[in-house]
Amino acid sequence: MTGRRRWVPYLGIAVIVAYCLAPFYWMLVSSLRRANDIFDSAPVPTPLSLESYRAVFGSSNGFVRSLGNSFLVAGITTVLVLLIGTLTAYALARLDFRFKNVVLAVIITTSMFPGISLLVPLLQLFSGIGWINTYQAMIVPSMSFALPLAVWNLTAFFKQMPLELEEAAQIDGCTPAQAFRKVILPLAAPGVFTTAIITFIAAWNEFIIALSVVNKQELKTAPVIISQFTGLTQFDSPFGTQMAAGVVVTIPLVVLVLLFQRRIVAGLTAGGVK
Amino acid sequence: MVVRGRVRGAVLATVLLLGAGACGGETAPGTDAGASAPAVLDGVGPISLVTGKDISGNLQNQVDEWNSAHPDQKVTVIELPEDADAQRQQMVQNAQTKSDAYGVLNLDVVWTAEFAANQWVAQLPDAEFPLTSLLPATVETARYFKRLYAVPTTSDGGLLFYRKDLLDAAGVAPPKTWAELSAACEKIVPSQPGMSCYAGQFEKYEGLTVNFTEAVNSAGGSVVGEDGKPTLGSEQARQGLNFLVDGVKSGKIAQKARTFKEEEGRRAFQAGELLFHRQWPYQYAKANATDGSSTVAGKFAVAPLPGLTGPGSSALGGHNFAISSFAKNKKTALDFIRYMVDEKQQRANLEKTSQAPTWAALYDDPALVAKFPYLTQLKKSIETAKKRPSVVKYQEVSSAIQEAAYSAMSGTSTTEQALTSLQGKLESLTGK
Amino acid sequence: MAILIDAPAGPEPARPAPGLRRTGVGKLAALLVSPTLLVLALVVAYPIVSALRLAFYRRDDTPDPVTGLLRPGDHFVGIDNFTDMFAGESSTRFLNALWNTTTFTVTAVSLEVVIGVLMALVMHKAFRGRALVRASILVPWAVPTAIAGLLWRWIFQADGVANDLIPGPPILWTTDGAQAWFAVVVADSWKTAPFIGLLVLAGLQVISTEVYEAARLDGASAWRTFFSITLPLVKPTLLVAVLFRILDTLRMFDLPYTLIGPGKNATDTVTVLAFEEAVKFGKYGPASAYAVFLFAYVAVVAFVFVRLLGADVLGTKARRGR
Repeated sequence: MTGRRRWVPYLGIAVIVAYCLAPFYWMLVSSLRRANDIFDSAPVPTPLSLESYRAVFGSSNGFVRSLGNSFLVAGITTVLVLLIGTLTAYALARLDFRFKNVVLAVIITTSMFPGISLLVPLLQLFSGIGWINTYQAMIVPSMSFALPLAVWNLTAFFKQMPLELEEAAQIDGCTPAQAFRKVILPLAAPGVFTTAIITFIAAWNEFIIALSVVNKQELKTAPVIISQFTGLTQFDSPFGTQMAAGVVVTIPLVVLVLLFQRRIVAGLTAGGVK
Repeated sequence: MVVRGRVRGAVLATVLLLGAGACGGETAPGTDAGASAPAVLDGVGPISLVTGKDISGNLQNQVDEWNSAHPDQKVTVIELPEDADAQRQQMVQNAQTKSDAYGVLNLDVVWTAEFAANQWVAQLPDAEFPLTSLLPATVETARYFKRLYAVPTTSDGGLLFYRKDLLDAAGVAPPKTWAELSAACEKIVPSQPGMSCYAGQFEKYEGLTVNFTEAVNSAGGSVVGEDGKPTLGSEQARQGLNFLVDGVKSGKIAQKARTFKEEEGRRAFQAGELLFHRQWPYQYAKANATDGSSTVAGKFAVAPLPGLTGPGSSALGGHNFAISSFAKNKKTALDFIRYMVDEKQQRANLEKTSQAPTWAALYDDPALVAKFPYLTQLKKSIETAKKRPSVVKYQEVSSAIQEAAYSAMSGTSTTEQALTSLQGKLESLTGK
Repeated sequence: MAILIDAPAGPEPARPAPGLRRTGVGKLAALLVSPTLLVLALVVAYPIVSALRLAFYRRDDTPDPVTGLLRPGDHFVGIDNFTDMFAGESSTRFLNALWNTTTFTVTAVSLEVVIGVLMALVMHKAFRGRALVRASILVPWAVPTAIAGLLWRWIFQADGVANDLIPGPPILWTTDGAQAWFAVVVADSWKTAPFIGLLVLAGLQVISTEVYEAARLDGASAWRTFFSITLPLVKPTLLVAVLFRILDTLRMFDLPYTLIGPGKNATDTVTVLAFEEAVKFGKYGPASAYAVFLFAYVAVVAFVFVRLLGADVLGTKARRGR
């Protein structure tokens, strides 16, 4: 590459980062304005104010507790989805059994029904089995929304792994399970961690089920609590507070991505068995 | 269509209940005893109060006070999202699963018919509540087929906010009619850059139903007549809608006002962009704030809504408390509602939240009037207000109204086309 | 479970060679697959079955003339709910919503693929500060959808920042018409392009560097390398990502609902309609019919997509090692 064109990729990077961050930046500055100049359109808020953040963490709305709930629900969902999704994907990628395509089709079919229409029957089911106001009532639906993508994505990944690797491992005396755990899984790490991030974010942001199956304040997740934020008067929608809360719930995910992104770049480039 | 024919044939009487009409007078017919006589409200013990989030924090104080006086009948507050549609959705879902999780429901006044007809809320005995001390118009919103299903706790009525400074300077009195309003605008607005004449709530949502209904009522017409039949073919209905449509055409209503809900309009008013604004009373305190957020503090006043030939009439807002049919401990729920609707609690609520009470005497209390100067106008507004159609299919009626008003105001259909189509839709929705 | 039928009971074979059908594999497969199917059955199967039933029923919605009360219960109406979608009073609204759903999907997903692949290539590059770039690209995906809807409404409102940046008279984005449709596409692409980016990035990671070395030695241009090496190699992951984006966009609800609001001709989708019918109007029969129709529509689109583009979405043909 010639010296003159070296800046082109950086320009591309800058454009893409700006595209992604500009609306988020607007969210950030809106959250830092005082409630009274919330519809100011200066790019930097003057004066800076933490008013909205104080309102978010105000003791009365239980936001901190709801963050904990969100972590619990999204975390358990992610672990379970990875666990059972990986097993299923491995079977679909490596085992040759009848009805494989049927299973694949059934799994993806469940992603085709409008989620909104699942709500009332699901609610009836959960009231019937006494799951209202429980964590599992939020975890299991989130799992079912995340599983189809997880299974399909992981299957595609396992398929991409050269068969010879497992064969070599088995010649070395590994059982299929060992070959899978020690050879395939580390190599598929980018896929696994990507799936983890996507599942976690989807579960973290799930709103309508969490809103409907739980009515105890201490079990509610962050998006539900945010929807309950109010302004000082009727009709006054607490925009600054909502934006501040939006920033607060987005940051943990960004940190998570920063931690996991190393794993995403692991994979074949890291070479061989871990 | 087989079904529709059957439906229309079967029910000539009523779906709509505006006014007494066909079903006046009679109560409790013997045929359907279980459903029509007030259910026995018994059971004492803990209950829940289901409501949108409490704005002032005063609700929790009131509940705490109740709880310390009734340790065996504790009330737990279940908070729903801030958005009214989402609140209604949660309450409907709870009813559909027949869950006893919800006890006392804080219902918007326009939901009464739907919740009553589906028997999601229990019928209440009139005698248990101080109904005669409440504004009569608000009690009407709690009735369905003459029976009481809820108790009004807060009310609301539209007011005309106007720039007193500019009107006084031009020597113009607050307008009582639309013609006077137009004349005032023509005199004042041209010399005020960036200002437009009038706005209300014109985004396509419930607020537009309110503004359309008010326009038609203020022209002397009605959306649905006394007999429950839609009456949008009338000349008054045409003139009512034309007030809004001509406003947009002539620029008296700014184009961007078509995106206004309550808050967008309030911001425009506070920024000095509006001479007149149809708004709920909550704007009074906000627009008078002297912390720099409002450029019109001290420069405005309120008047009743104007009409075609004289004062207009507002639509009624507010909330009523009802008891979920699936709740346990209905006796406690009833006692708690009595406690909440009482003068003492309503006074405290007004002082803390500035929400319009339903207790009539509070509007004439000199101390309160001094603190909330709009109370006198608000009482007039509520007393002459008309309730929005009280129909089971209110949501569909409201959607049809929004569709008609929105298309006429954005110019995609004429006033006549919009009203003809709306009349047809309402006839089929009401079976008339 | 059907899979068990061809799996005679027996001890798990020692050291099986992978990829071969043999005794016990069926049983193992059933064991590995069933937890997933169980979860899906619990949450999704029952509601789907109940919606299928409801789609053929309607609520008696005429109040008793004396008491004003509604009779509880539904009655069977055959396929009326379905024929009404195409010929009844509500057909205009429905066909319009179907059209919006389709145009949203085609436009937004195409945009997202282009932007998402660009993002993946950027994230894949080695340079200082790469971690931060990766994290910032994923920010839109991480913002909760409900909040994102509010944010975009704020940006697109009449005196919002979008109109400040665009010269000329303010555009009324949130009213109705082409600009509202466009606003939804912009917001949706922003929100979900990173999703495609992330999946494609993972796909890029498993391409070994030697392949690129070889291409470079052969003197292939950057374009050529991308189209004849990168793209074919990430195709399986890209196709899965696109497939799931299509499924999601066809069911789009939140953005049109919160950003523009329901009841707008330009942005109502089938799901918005189904939601309004069910939750707002209490007409569960027609709402279920909408949902069932959409379900079938999505299934057909997915099937055609897999047939046309991704006969080997999951590498059913044996993949060569690289």
